[in-house]
Order: sequence, then structure tokens, then C-alpha cells
Amino acid sequence: MAVTKTEPINSSSNKPSSSSVSMKSDLMSALSLKSLKLKTKQQELLIRVSILCLVYVLAFITRLFSVLRYESMIHEFDPYFNYRTTLFLTEKGFYEFWNWFDSESWYPLGRIIGGTLYPGLMVTAAIMYWGLRFLRFAVHIREVCVLTAPFFASNTTLVAYFFGKEIWDTGAGLVAAVLIAICPGYISRSVAGSYDNEGVAIFALLLTFYLFVKAVNTGSLAWGLGSALGYFYMVSAWGGYVFIINLIPLYVLVLLITGRYSMRLYVAYNSMYVLGMLLAMQIRFVGFQHVQSGEHMAAMGVFFLMQGFYFLGWVKHLLGDKKKFEALLRIIVTCAVGVGAIALGVGTASGYISPWTGRFYSLLDPTYAKDHIPIIASVSEHQPTAWSSFMFDFHILLFLFPAGLYFCFKRLSDATIFIVMYGLTSMYFAGVMVRLILVATPAVCLISAIAVSATIKNLTTLLRTKSKVSQTGSTKGASGGKGSSKALPDQSQPFQRNGAIALLFGAFYLLSRYAIHCTWVTSEAYSSPSIVLAARGAHGNRVIFDDYREAYYWLRQNTPADAKVMSWWDYGYQITAMGNRTVIVDNNTWNNTHIATVGRAMSSYEDEAYEIMRSLDVNYVLVVFGGVTGYSSDDINKFLWMVRIGGGVFPVIKEPDYLVNGEYRVDKGAAPKMLNCLMYKLSYYRFGELVTEYGKPPGYDRARGVEIGNKDIKLEHLEEAFTTSNWIVRIYKVKPPNNRW
Amino acid sequence: MAVVGSFPFNSFLSGVLSCVGTAVLAVCLRIQVNKENKEFKDLAPERAFADFVLCNLVLHLVIMNFLG
Repeated sequence: MAVTKTEPINSSSNKPSSSSVSMKSDLMSALSLKSLKLKTKQQELLIRVSILCLVYVLAFITRLFSVLRYESMIHEFDPYFNYRTTLFLTEKGFYEFWNWFDSESWYPLGRIIGGTLYPGLMVTAAIMYWGLRFLRFAVHIREVCVLTAPFFASNTTLVAYFFGKEIWDTGAGLVAAVLIAICPGYISRSVAGSYDNEGVAIFALLLTFYLFVKAVNTGSLAWGLGSALGYFYMVSAWGGYVFIINLIPLYVLVLLITGRYSMRLYVAYNSMYVLGMLLAMQIRFVGFQHVQSGEHMAAMGVFFLMQGFYFLGWVKHLLGDKKKFEALLRIIVTCAVGVGAIALGVGTASGYISPWTGRFYSLLDPTYAKDHIPIIASVSEHQPTAWSSFMFDFHILLFLFPAGLYFCFKRLSDATIFIVMYGLTSMYFAGVMVRLILVATPAVCLISAIAVSATIKNLTTLLRTKSKVSQTGSTKGASGGKGSSKALPDQSQPFQRNGAIALLFGAFYLLSRYAIHCTWVTSEAYSSPSIVLAARGAHGNRVIFDDYREAYYWLRQNTPADAKVMSWWDYGYQITAMGNRTVIVDNNTWNNTHIATVGRAMSSYEDEAYEIMRSLDVNYVLVVFGGVTGYSSDDINKFLWMVRIGGGVFPVIKEPDYLVNGEYRVDKGAAPKMLNCLMYKLSYYRFGELVTEYGKPPGYDRARGVEIGNKDIKLEHLEEAFTTSNWIVRIYKVKPPNNRW
Repeated sequence: MAVVGSFPFNSFLSGVLSCVGTAVLAVCLRIQVNKENKEFKDLAPERAFADFVLCNLVLHLVIMNFLG
């Protein structure tokens, strides 16, 4: 019963002081956590949520180095194509985007962009752009594109937390979130500005795996549907979805073999496979591959196997008699294996089931690409990984990975079997190709998180129980209890406790070194935009080379709108996106013969090259030259690949013609064909008069470290149109044929 | 009713997969609702049915898009 006192106005002197005192104590209790009197569970929840928030922000801001140092721009080569398509999508709408035929690349063939790209990244960025615009934030689509990858990296940390919670416990989830937020293996492909498929695809990959493991653990159709939708997102985002559609059936197979077949597995896999397959076939680029390509047959095989298992279980239940069932089992198994083998054999032999494509076959047989498909072998990210790359990208995770595997094997369950399989298969593929370290990173982070979390948990329980025993021991010893049995733990107890404290400090030291290493790697190695180069000047000041964009904007502003530019395929996407001109070949590399034609033109004498350029309607030729600045990724260093790819299709181009005793030289002792081919002439035109370094003769190539052989170059069919300020990009105009009188 | 061939392959596939999909989803529902299955004893049949309806919704939406 509340009694309301009516107080006289005069006696208000006491009230303010008491109310101010109570106000002060309220403030103090609000500020200090202890007197908030939170239950332990709520305190734990608060700690977890705050850690996750901090990790979310950390994952985002650690990827912003290049935006802060240079500007907010798109990096590298492939992202420029993604940017151009996203721009098209936001300007013209989804229908035009889905049915887009592009005549500005691969002249004169054109490219069906709508049917040959993975739309997930573009649609995601477009949706974020439209959402922000709807909320009246006037952002430019480029800003959204630049920051898409860091945003999705933050989301990946959340998924990693839930995944770790599913596999082990919340502690492992938190550690996994922190590890993956700063792991260089992931940062390398998801910095701000790296607007590439992998930025979104790794999020989709981890999401699909998490939802599938959740489906297997709960046996619920809703989670199976969730994993199918996650798989659909992955298929729309990246060609690496083939990893998912092979790992999940392999995992199901392992579970079946180890006797872990259950109804939950049946529900999860079937719903995911059927719905996932249907959804995946909606992407035009994937098409009917799920029923026709050899890479997807494992999933179908396991699907039929699951039906077989279920059928056998049902028959066993019906029969009730063990002997009859075993006899029936033998008949059924032999029939099924026979039918399956015949079907697979007929399908493969008749060619209906296509064999594994070169891209993925070279993962199983790493020597295949070098002998048969030079264009796959030439990409630098497809080379096998060196140990230093592993150490660089993973640091302490490299030895925490086996430790985590040990813990997983100690506590085997459906979920830990999955993460072990994911880890082992992805590490194998990471060893074959440098680019695939990215796919291995989530697995390595999760397994290492299990090791870290389990170890630290054991150590802290060691600390806590020992102090409890010491308390009870001292009270009992004081009351004169059994002294001898208590004396033994008392003697070894301080030693173990000190050991635990020392190990905890060691773990803390390791994790802090990891954080320092990751930040250093991000800052030094993975934050360069590749399109803008930086170097140290003579006085230690930073010099920026913005030659690429200078050249592309020159093209955009000084050439006719229908001009066609021939360059090596590396620069195609950038030329179409920034220069807005038609190119002959670009990074999509879908037509090897067309690329070989360009390679042949670059490696022929000027007259033959002129014939080829006239046949392709080329107006301008663009070469990248690093002799003045010492830039080593220029066309002269890539020239041998042009020769190999050209020679792969046109046998007139023979690689030994350009080498001297197997050695690749550009100085006086170089092969005569090398000294007079188009690439050499275009790179070194007028270079013989230039003094590049103090004390060296004119025409000293700083990238190769030699004085060039042919200094007096005369061009007959081309004329120099533009050379950038540091001579990195050189553009030549193809002259029309002479008038004949 | 004979299958006249697989010419518009997407339509053929959507027909086949709609049969397979509904069969699979029905089997999953029956597994989850059956009281003899000890694995699903704490799953309410209403929840199982709701999942079934949701999955069928998505399945038929995709089939209709794929039919062409």
C-alpha cells in the first residue's frame, strides 16, 4: 500500500539532499558493473556480445589501409569488370543486365556477359546501393563496390562465431571470429577496393557449411532449406561452388562409412541436394551442369546411395528376420553397384557426362595445365604454394591446425567430422594452388580456434580447481583432518599452478604476436591497389605512379568513340571500364585462339603484325613498359607467355627463336627475332636516347638490368600516340595503309 | 501419358525434379512425424508440417521459374 504524504512546502530542505544522495548512488551503481547485480549468465552474454561487436568493427577497419593511403578506388584487374557490370546493372536494371550482349570486348566476337558471369556479387552491391539510396544516402556506386568486401568480411566473422559454437562451444566460436577477422589469407582477397567474387563467396561458403552442419545436427527441414539457399547464393557468387558440391557428398559418404547414418542426415542431405540443385540451375552460367558435368556427379551418386540406405533400413524394419535380410542385402548391393557402374560407364563413354574441365582437373593433376593449357599455367595465382606463403598467410595457425585436429578427433561428432574433412581437403588444394589458400582459411581458423579454446579452458580450470583444493585443504588441515592424503596435492599443486600461469602467458604472447603479424602483413603486402604504384624517391619521400589511369583517361578523351585497342589480355577489363573503348581480348580469356592471335601479332615482325592488326580492325596498341621505373610486371617480362600461347595455336611462332642458349635476353646478345619483333619495338621505341640512371649509358633497362640491344628503332606502320609521364604505358596508333597511286 | 522427349531440357528437368522433390519432402515429413523415430521425438508435428509447407513453397517457386 503506497501512502502518499502531502508535505508542507517549508520542509523541503531535507528532500533535495536525500534525493541528490539517492541520485548519486544510482549513478555510481549504473557506472560500476559490480553493483548492477547481473547474474553470471547475463554477464557472460554481455561479454560475448561486446566481443562480437568489437570483432565486427575490427574486421572492417583492418581492411581499409589502401583507402586511407591512396583513395577509394577499385584495385587490380578483375574487379574493374565487376565494377563495370555493377554500373550497368544499376543504370539499366536487372532485365537488361541478365540479357546483356557486350560488343565492346573481344572484338569482333563480342561476349554474352549475361550468360557468362556469376551475378551474386553485382546483385549484392546493387541491392546495397538501392537500399542506401532508398534511405536517401546519396552514395556513388563506386563507394559501395569498394566497401562491399570488408562489409562481408565482418559478416563472415559472425558466421564463424555461430559455426564454432555449433562445432565446439561458444569459446571456440569467439576465438574463431577473432582469428578470421584478421587472418591474412582472407584479407588478401577482401581488402577495401578488391571488388572480386571471393569477397562475397567466402561468406556464402561458410554460411552454407554452417547451415548444413546445423541441419545435420537438428534434422530439421528448415535448416536444410537454409543451406540450400546458402548454396544458391554461393553458386551465384563464385565458380568455386564446385568445392561445396563435392565436399558435402564426400562428408555424407564418410558418415555413411563410419556407421553414422541417421534420419537427420537423410533429411538434411536430401532437402539440401534437391532444392540446392534446382536453385543452382537458375544461374545461366551454371546451366545444366548439375546433371551433365562429371564434377557434379558425386553429389548425385551419394543422393542415390542415401535412398538405397533408407530403403534398406525400411526393408530391415519390415522383414524383422536377420538372415533373410542379409541375403536380400547381398543381392541388392551387387545389383545396385552393377547398375551404377554401368550407368556411369555409359554416360562417360557416350560423352553425355562431360569429363572434368581443365580448370578443376589441374587441381587433381597439377602437371596437366603446364603441358596442355598454357593459359591456365601462366596465371601467377595458379602456381603451387611455397612454404613461405603458408607461413605468411597463416602464422601461428599453421601449428595450431594439427593441434586442433587432435582435439577434434578426441571428441568426434557429426560436426567435428565435417570440419576435419573441410580442413584436410582445403589444405590439400591450398598446397596445389596459391589462390586456394583463401578457401582453406576459414577451416584453419575454426580448427585452430578449437585448439586455442580447449587449451585455454583446460589451463584455466587447472588454475581454478587447484585454488579451490588449496582452500579446502587449508581449512581441513587446520581442523586436523587426514593430513597425509592432502599433503601430496599440496606439494605438487603450486608447481602445476605456476605451470598453468606460464602457459597462459605463453598463449597470450603467441596470440598477440599473431595480431601484430597480421596487421603488418595487411599493411605491407595486401593493401596495394596494383593500379597505382608507389616507390621511395631519392630523398626517402614517397613517389606515386598513376600512369595506368593517365593512359586510360587519355584513351577515353583523345580517341574516337569506336576505336579498337589491342593489348595483352591482362589490361582488357581496365581499358573497357576506364578507357571506355573496345578491346580485342580481355581477362575473361574464354577464347584461346583469339588471345593466341594477339600473341602472334606481338611476337611477329612489324609487317606480319600489321597484317594481323588490319584483319582485326585495330586502331591503337597499348603496351606496358617498366624499363624507366624498374617496374617488373611489364609486357617484356610477360612476353614469353605471349610466345607460348601464340605458339600453342600457330606453329610459326617458335619459342626457341626468341631465346639465346635457352636464356631470355634483351641486350645486344639477344636473338635477332627478339630484337625486331613488334613487342620489343613498341616497348623500346625512343628508349635508346633516354638516360634512366646516373652513371649508366642511355637505353639502360632498369627492370632487366641491362643496356638494350636495338637502340635505333624505326616504326613503319605505327606511330607513337601517347607515353605516360613515367613511360609505364605506351600507346601507338596504327596507321592506315598507304594510298596507292 | 508418355514423356514425349526431353527437348526443352529445362522444362524436362523441372518436371522430373518437381516429382523427385515433392517425393523427398513428403518422405522427410513422414519421417519427422512418425512417433516411432526416436531421433525426432521432441520435434512438434506442427513444426514439421510448417517446414514441409515452406520447402514446398520454395520448390514450386523455383520449378515455375525453371519451366520456361
